[in-house]
Amino acid sequence: MTGDHHVPALLLFGAFVAVTLGITTWVSRHRRGSAEEFYAGGRLFSPMENGFALAGDYMSAASFLGISGLIVLVGYDGMLYAVGFLVAWLVVLFLVAELVRNCGRFTLADVVAARMRERPVRIAAGTSSVTVSVLYLVAQMVGAGSLVALLLGGTGEAARTWTVIGVGALMVIYVSLGGMRATTWIQIVKAVLLLGGTVALTVLVLLRFHGDINRLLLTAAERSGHGEAFLAPGLAHGGDWTARFDFISLGLALVLGTAGLPHILSRFYTVPTARAARRSVVWAIGLIGGFYLMTIVLGFGAAAVVGPDAVRASSASGNTAVPLLALDLGGGAGSTGGTVLFAVVAAVAFATILAVVAGVTLASSASVAHDLYASLRRRRGEPRSEVAVARLAAVGIGVVAIALGLLARDLNVAFLVGLAFAVAASANLPVLLYSLFWRGFTTRGAVWAVYGGLIPAVVLVLLSPVVSGSPEALFPGVDFQLFPLQNPGLVSIPLGFLAGWLGTVTSAEVPDAARHAETEVRSLTGAGAA
Amino acid sequence: MQPSNSGDVRYDDPWYDALASGWGASADAGVPPARREKVAVAAADVYLEVQRSEAFQEVRSRYRRFVLPAVALFFAWYVAYVVTATTVPEWMARPVAGAVNVGMLAGLGQFLTTFLLTWAYVRHARLRRDRAALELRWDAQELARGRGGAT
Repeated sequence: MTGDHHVPALLLFGAFVAVTLGITTWVSRHRRGSAEEFYAGGRLFSPMENGFALAGDYMSAASFLGISGLIVLVGYDGMLYAVGFLVAWLVVLFLVAELVRNCGRFTLADVVAARMRERPVRIAAGTSSVTVSVLYLVAQMVGAGSLVALLLGGTGEAARTWTVIGVGALMVIYVSLGGMRATTWIQIVKAVLLLGGTVALTVLVLLRFHGDINRLLLTAAERSGHGEAFLAPGLAHGGDWTARFDFISLGLALVLGTAGLPHILSRFYTVPTARAARRSVVWAIGLIGGFYLMTIVLGFGAAAVVGPDAVRASSASGNTAVPLLALDLGGGAGSTGGTVLFAVVAAVAFATILAVVAGVTLASSASVAHDLYASLRRRRGEPRSEVAVARLAAVGIGVVAIALGLLARDLNVAFLVGLAFAVAASANLPVLLYSLFWRGFTTRGAVWAVYGGLIPAVVLVLLSPVVSGSPEALFPGVDFQLFPLQNPGLVSIPLGFLAGWLGTVTSAEVPDAARHAETEVRSLTGAGAA
Repeated sequence: MQPSNSGDVRYDDPWYDALASGWGASADAGVPPARREKVAVAAADVYLEVQRSEAFQEVRSRYRRFVLPAVALFFAWYVAYVVTATTVPEWMARPVAGAVNVGMLAGLGQFLTTFLLTWAYVRHARLRRDRAALELRWDAQELARGRGGAT
């Protein structure tokens, strides 16, 4: 990639940043500083708006560039990720969205704390939510650094450092000044741009093959050098049994983790009713499903048009497959069409990262201010002061994310997204489901469910080959690897459920029937919902 | 928490805040804190009453009768897909037509079942649950308001 197609890309980046900052200022004109406004955007978004925002929060650069890139490199096995990311939404739709909208106010901990002794439960759920968010955030920050460097050709250290700092600063500005209202609009703009870009590329790929998907697949298989095997599972996860179990573990984490992601849960509070929450999930499923189907076409398209060798030469992880495809579809390097399409894809990827980090930062600042700060500090302040804490927390999280992003910038952090999903599935989902559905669930059970999922997930990763004992590890020099799998989900998710059950049956506490009744009636009818 | 403790409900409990704002300013504006506490306690009894009502039990069982089998179905289908793809990939490589093999069909099948189940859930909720749930919501809030006024 040469320098001349980077100028339009930079202009488009600049335009997106200007538009989003404009949205932030416009939205914060009539700011009154209430918690309802900061965390939930006043709860007045329509299902369609929230559906686009959910899709925007969920479709990260890892999906847009990562899944297509994986398909180019390993064929069918890349598709498995797309399936997991989509099916996960059925858990959200059936078990979580409406009930959480009805019984919580701003965070996951609200739902659990309503039935339990508030302090320990809030501290536990707040801690695990912040952990999930920080893992997710660091992955995005490091990804942003290497992606921008890759797309702009400037692989120099300075470009990456400034990208990480710039992304961090922007997300802090969006969140602390604009709160949920600005973050939601940024997600909507980003979702429209991302879907628009994906539709355009998909149409061009299909036109290139005259709509003949069969020929597209055959060409991809032929150019891959693997033949028919490229179109069937096994190239990535078909090796030894460790690799197979590793993928099953990740698959479980993907499908169960989405319903425990704090930035997804907090979106349900931005609509007025549970029915609106349901309809926004339906929008999200439609948009996300369509998006992943197109991602699969783009992946096989890039394999057929660009070829795996060219992609691998440009980036070992395959992340440049879609930008290279865009360059080719537009007419090749040096042509106007190629330059424009490349710039559009680069700008869309950048917009995607910015919007996702803003959403995650907002959710984690809510956990810090509404759960951790409110419980660790006994004196109850006015709601206004809680929002002030949340704005400060956004700044603090921004600083932490920038620092970790810079520290980890040369490390292979691709496992962090899978880990964030695994922690969400192990620590957040069990406590949420037990609180909503189990009459006998107690405070001890809730606390154990959170820590019983969180601690094993984190410890198993520390003992796994991603941290030590393999050439691709974070610390390749040392070896304290005890756990064979890269993703802890297969073990830590059952442990989270088990710990919650064990804590409940061993506690002397008698579950409060009245508060259980309240949770159940509220969750299914919406009585007294905020 | 012991049932007997429910008397000392704290103000910082999120639900009771939500109640105060959810009922609109007319009901609660200017109510002294001690009085609001009694309202909250009475509201807790209302929820027990609603939970025992036949109408609520019907809504709950309609919800569960749809959701539990549906979750079991899609989760089993997803796990079966992932386990088959990773453990017996050669089975998924069997060709069907042209470049399309069993694996491709199974993957697209996952997309299709996700869309179909979404549609079925929404339809079920709209036709079988929404109206009854909304009525229960107003009943519960009316009851709670009545109690609040009486104490």
